[in-house]
Amino acid sequence: MAILEFARGLGVTFKNMVRPPQTIQYPEQRRRLPERTRGRHVLHRYENGLERCIGCYLCAGACPADCIYIEAAENTPDNRVSAGERYARIYEIDELRCIFCGFCEEACPTGAITLEPILDISDYSRGPLIYTKDMLLEPPRDLDSMPA
Amino acid sequence: MNVWLDPLIESVVKCIIVLALLMATAGYLTLVERKLLARMQSRYGPNRAGPLGLLQPLADGIKLLLKEPITPRAVKIPVYLAAPAISLFVAIMAFAVVPLGPAFYLWGHQRTMAVADVNIGVLYLLAILSLGVYGIVLGSWGSSNRYSLLGGLRSSAQMISYELSLGLSLIGVVLLAGTLSPIGIVQAQNHRPLTWFFLLQPVGFALFSIGAFAETNRAPFDLAEAEQELTGGYHTEYPGMRFGLYYIAEYMNMTTLSALVATLFLGGWVGIGNGIFFDITATPWAQILGVFWFLVKAALFLFLFIWVRATLPRIRYDKLMWFGWKILLPLAVLNLLVTALYVSLS
Repeated sequence: MAILEFARGLGVTFKNMVRPPQTIQYPEQRRRLPERTRGRHVLHRYENGLERCIGCYLCAGACPADCIYIEAAENTPDNRVSAGERYARIYEIDELRCIFCGFCEEACPTGAITLEPILDISDYSRGPLIYTKDMLLEPPRDLDSMPA
Repeated sequence: MNVWLDPLIESVVKCIIVLALLMATAGYLTLVERKLLARMQSRYGPNRAGPLGLLQPLADGIKLLLKEPITPRAVKIPVYLAAPAISLFVAIMAFAVVPLGPAFYLWGHQRTMAVADVNIGVLYLLAILSLGVYGIVLGSWGSSNRYSLLGGLRSSAQMISYELSLGLSLIGVVLLAGTLSPIGIVQAQNHRPLTWFFLLQPVGFALFSIGAFAETNRAPFDLAEAEQELTGGYHTEYPGMRFGLYYIAEYMNMTTLSALVATLFLGGWVGIGNGIFFDITATPWAQILGVFWFLVKAALFLFLFIWVRATLPRIRYDKLMWFGWKILLPLAVLNLLVTALYVSLS
């Protein structure tokens, strides 16, 4: 009887050997994450290219981990960055301190900051993990190619 | 050519070929094992170093060589350093009598494809294989580590228990072949079709296979290096390439024992169907095909080693002893008795 069980066990391992592996080969293949996965932050723009962030500090206030640092500045007629009165001159998030709770997203009155399904946040030292505004901001859309 | 220079050169050339073959096989066997184990567990295994991970054994070797050779203060230096070397020595030595293919003529002399054509080859094998336990026991004792010593004790008890049935299963083969020479045993299996010894000696074949697993300390008999309870067992205190020697020795032992199974039970260098449909020994391709068939058979048994490792959990120590002494040994004696009766009556 033991020999039969032994043979059955061998059969199971052999069957698994000829089946394709389950592994996702990470840097080349990526798993499709759920749409609402809370990963890295992204700062958004309006359709016309103006930044949504108005430098109101609400996200920094809501953040339980205190990982958002903002310095705001006034918009001027010849330097119009955001749609509101002010804009974030400096916007930094320490991704090592962030607990990905999404409170910043909820606190934001203009929908400027969201957590996106981006999980490859890693580096060899702490410095590069403090994300600055140009790393977080989505690129401006090409206005010429848009329908008027 | 010179009367004494010719055999000398022949031996040196054979030694170099066999050593290179063994080293390469042992190195790449680690990769093959990791790949196959991975596939049996629905993974890919190493595939980053070079195409298909083919440079992985090289990378592993370089890593082991570059590691700091730490020597714990309490170790008994001569024993500690000699033990891995003994393991490797035994693993290489055993291969000396294994014939890789049929004999051929070169420059007026017959050349066998074994390093040494000894007429007491099987006896030599048993002697060398039983030396294998020294590498492990001395290493575990020289380490001055309790876990190592426990591993060494387990391994010595296990090897002695299983070597008995291993040796007895070989005697059945020797009785049927009527010779102790491995080359003679291969020839004895191929006088008539369907007389390979795993067909004539199925019990002996099973006993030898189980003994081979125990002899190489491979799963499910890898109690000597049980990671969970002995933190690595006999090689706990060995860093870098000193551990590497044990590692290579394990894989060489697997290779050697697979080659032995191919020689003693699976008909050696003679291919399937030979003697029934055609006679391969008559053609000049005999040597190349012979080596090919031999390698295929050895590779099949190596696959079995890996396959069983992926399938079976480790046996509990008391069950191991129970199995060795109360099941295998009586079976081996019975098998020997029946074989002896058959040989004496026919």
